[in-house]
Amino acid sequence: MHNPYLPYPVRISDIITETEDRNLKTFEYVFINPEDEEKFDYQPGQFAELSIAGKGEIPIGIASSPVEKGFLKFTVNKVGLVSTHLHNMKVGDVMGVRGPLGNWYPWDKMEGKNVVIIGGGFAFTTLRSSIVYMLANREKFKEIHVIYGARTPGMLLYVDELKEWEKRDDIHMHITVDATDDPDWKYNTGFVPTITDQKAPPATTDTYAIVCGPPIMIKFTQPVLDKLKYKHDHIIMSLENRMKCGIGICGHCNIGRHLVCKDGPVFTLDQLNKMPKEY
Amino acid sequence: MLEYTEKIREISQKLLKDSKVDMVIGFRKGTVPMMNEPTFIRNANEVGQLIWDSNCGINLANYLTGRKEKIGIVAKGCDSRNIVVHLVENKVNRDNLHIIGVPCKGMIDRRKIGVIYGEEILNVVEDGEKIVVEGDGDEKVYDKKDVLQENCAICIHRNPVIYDELVADLVEEQKDVDRYEDVRKIESMPPDEKWAYFEGLLKNCIRCYACRNACPLCYCPTCFVDESRPQWVGKSIDPVDTRTFHFLRAYHCAGRCTDCGACERVCPVGINVRAFTKKLEKDVKELYDWEIGLDPNVRPPLDVYKTQDPEDFIK
Amino acid sequence: MKVLKITKEDLAKGLDTLNKSFRLIGPVKDKDEEFHNFEELGQGELPDFNFRNTRLSPKSIVYPQSEKMFEYTLDSNDPEHDILIEVKKEPSPQVVVGIRPCDAKAFSLVKLNFDTPEYKDPYWLRRFEATTLLGLACHNPCSSCFCASAGSGPFNTESLDMLLVEEQGGYLAQVLTKKGEELAHTAGWTDEAGSDAQKQIDTMKEAAEKRIKSQISTDNLKNKLDMEIYEEPYWEDVSFSCINCGTCTYLCPTCWCFDVQDETCGNCGIRMRNWDSCMYPLFSLHGSGHNPRGEKLHRVRQRFMHKLKYYVDKYDSGIQCVGCGRCVNHCPVNIDIRRVCELMNRSEVCPVTTE
Repeated sequence: MHNPYLPYPVRISDIITETEDRNLKTFEYVFINPEDEEKFDYQPGQFAELSIAGKGEIPIGIASSPVEKGFLKFTVNKVGLVSTHLHNMKVGDVMGVRGPLGNWYPWDKMEGKNVVIIGGGFAFTTLRSSIVYMLANREKFKEIHVIYGARTPGMLLYVDELKEWEKRDDIHMHITVDATDDPDWKYNTGFVPTITDQKAPPATTDTYAIVCGPPIMIKFTQPVLDKLKYKHDHIIMSLENRMKCGIGICGHCNIGRHLVCKDGPVFTLDQLNKMPKEY
Repeated sequence: MLEYTEKIREISQKLLKDSKVDMVIGFRKGTVPMMNEPTFIRNANEVGQLIWDSNCGINLANYLTGRKEKIGIVAKGCDSRNIVVHLVENKVNRDNLHIIGVPCKGMIDRRKIGVIYGEEILNVVEDGEKIVVEGDGDEKVYDKKDVLQENCAICIHRNPVIYDELVADLVEEQKDVDRYEDVRKIESMPPDEKWAYFEGLLKNCIRCYACRNACPLCYCPTCFVDESRPQWVGKSIDPVDTRTFHFLRAYHCAGRCTDCGACERVCPVGINVRAFTKKLEKDVKELYDWEIGLDPNVRPPLDVYKTQDPEDFIK
Repeated sequence: MKVLKITKEDLAKGLDTLNKSFRLIGPVKDKDEEFHNFEELGQGELPDFNFRNTRLSPKSIVYPQSEKMFEYTLDSNDPEHDILIEVKKEPSPQVVVGIRPCDAKAFSLVKLNFDTPEYKDPYWLRRFEATTLLGLACHNPCSSCFCASAGSGPFNTESLDMLLVEEQGGYLAQVLTKKGEELAHTAGWTDEAGSDAQKQIDTMKEAAEKRIKSQISTDNLKNKLDMEIYEEPYWEDVSFSCINCGTCTYLCPTCWCFDVQDETCGNCGIRMRNWDSCMYPLFSLHGSGHNPRGEKLHRVRQRFMHKLKYYVDKYDSGIQCVGCGRCVNHCPVNIDIRRVCELMNRSEVCPVTTE
């Protein structure tokens, strides 16, 4: 019997400190057993459990994209026991990855449609995965907008890639920071909801918005999307809850009858409206 | 007990009607024999739910922690002593409390009665000092004093120590009580016997934490067993972890425990949790001549520092 | 279905035989306490059938409170250091003797969680596969038993491999599955009962069902909207007395939630799982400190919503409760699921007063 709790052994192949506060690092992994990579067949929006022997597991969104081969990437915020330990690990260290887990952004539904990505802070990880995926399959999508904000320029994730995407004409990038005194800052200044109001395309039946960010950003972005007449079944969100097993068995992450780990983490706003606010 | 119940309702109704309190915390009749449920009443019309009998063993002071409303609280001797502890430890504001004191005649031990009766119990009626048990077997009548909770049998503070009004005249306190007979017995055991005793005591523990959670003293925002950084105690039912939990919890209650018996009463597997706390109560009594929960204006001995403290380690 | 006749002597003899090839587990009276629990029976030791039901449910026989999942070493000289290794141990075949029908039925409710189309929990399933359930019908249900209205019953055979029905001088035994047949064969129970045995059992079953005084109504649960029940005002009243201990969840035969923990000693360690309880604040606490079920009202509501609504909606298999009454009897503060179920099932809500 396959054991769904058993992580694939991986080796850390690269570590990048992403933000100026050094609390966010991106870890790149390679599978120790090459055949495991094939089994780890994932979609943008899914997550995995990062496993450290002796410390435990943490559920983290997959930041790499299925179109990138040979490695997995996760950007981890230093908050608890496992993530703090992980931040002290080095290239070459061995740990585990278990997954892919959960559902993903509705790529089948979004095919041939406009996609507006709205992200804030460190919740940009699976959105990066999605952007890389869409750009590699550019012909499958109509207009792509990305609104991404952080507190300061130094808190933006994946800065080099953001700059590359800025240069392209097949993706509308709207990078913003809450505030900055950097005279060379050439992008937007303002909170994500404000920039959304200014830059997001108006709603059509052919336009989906994927929204990921801190609760405060979500709270103020939602009325903007309502104002722009986005239908709630066209607004897609990704949730977090305390999780243990990641496969819908241990019972930790439920919201009503749904388990965030297995029935989510991706839900439409329409679905969330009918669920208890237990997240 | 009927007169107690009536008086509790009368006082509560008046308090609520006159808006002296936002709620009254007391007991309502339970759904199984010898069980009552702590409850709150906000509406003067609903005071009829409140009752008092010998099944009100849960310590209601536990329900005060962190509450900000004006509260009327029904308090027997031990509850009132724990209210004093709460006052000393700044867990509740005296101005927000209206204490309805209940001179207590002891709570009955539902487990003990279950064992003595031997059959399933369907109904228990109190008739003064008699306890009438009806069930699958013949009806049996017991003397209440024979079926008291152990902590009640040796209680020397049946009357509330602090109150705003009383539901009845004070009762006579029990005198010449030997509170520590059982502790002395354990103290006199040779080490291996003592070890075996404690091992046996905890063998059924499932770490449900009912003892901790029923205890008014256990209000830490994060209990040491729940800490993850660092993690002091393992989370399995390894006997080492189970013992660590019980021993440490007892120490945290040293000089604070009123021997209300809530921990023991709530244990689903019948562990005599008081075996730990009573030893510490005895030590504190012998070392500092201290009894907790009698005066809100005196700080407990383990809570104060004096330059003339005899111990070297603290200087 | 075959019905066997087993005398008391034959039962004892058969169990003795079974004890040689199976781990035999049965109700035993705790030597210091007033209650029975399921324990492994030593050679020659017999189960004590003089019990209503055990204090703890037998769920731990298939799903231990603490269970090792993986091993690891942190010793960097070991080529497999920091890699979790599956403990490849097949659970030994075991027989649970004298399990009550309610507790057996609980396994079928719990199985829906551990055995899903997408994921199989190998620990639970392997152990369940290795377990044969030899039930004992209830002639004298407790006053707090409400199995009959909770989808089970004193003679319910779900999940059982064999059911013993006590009668004068011995037992009638319904052989219910292939496993049961093999068990009877190994034990040497071969005497088939007379042709009226089934009728006899049915009569006793009816009599036992009549003795069940306590019941719940669940007919409206499915049709009500979950958010409608969720937002009811009675949750404050229901949850007030709760002390957030794990008694109800740990005693419950159908509660299955667990936590995963690593424990290291020196360089070696294990990843294990331990029962967890939705009554604990820690259960849902985020790393950020945010807690979606930070209030006790949220947690009490979660437990009852899970058992009586979410489960009902998700599996269409009734409620996640078998009416064993353990939580009713042992909740330290007398929160009674029967009363809560009545509130949840009520088509129109009016305040409850108990006097």
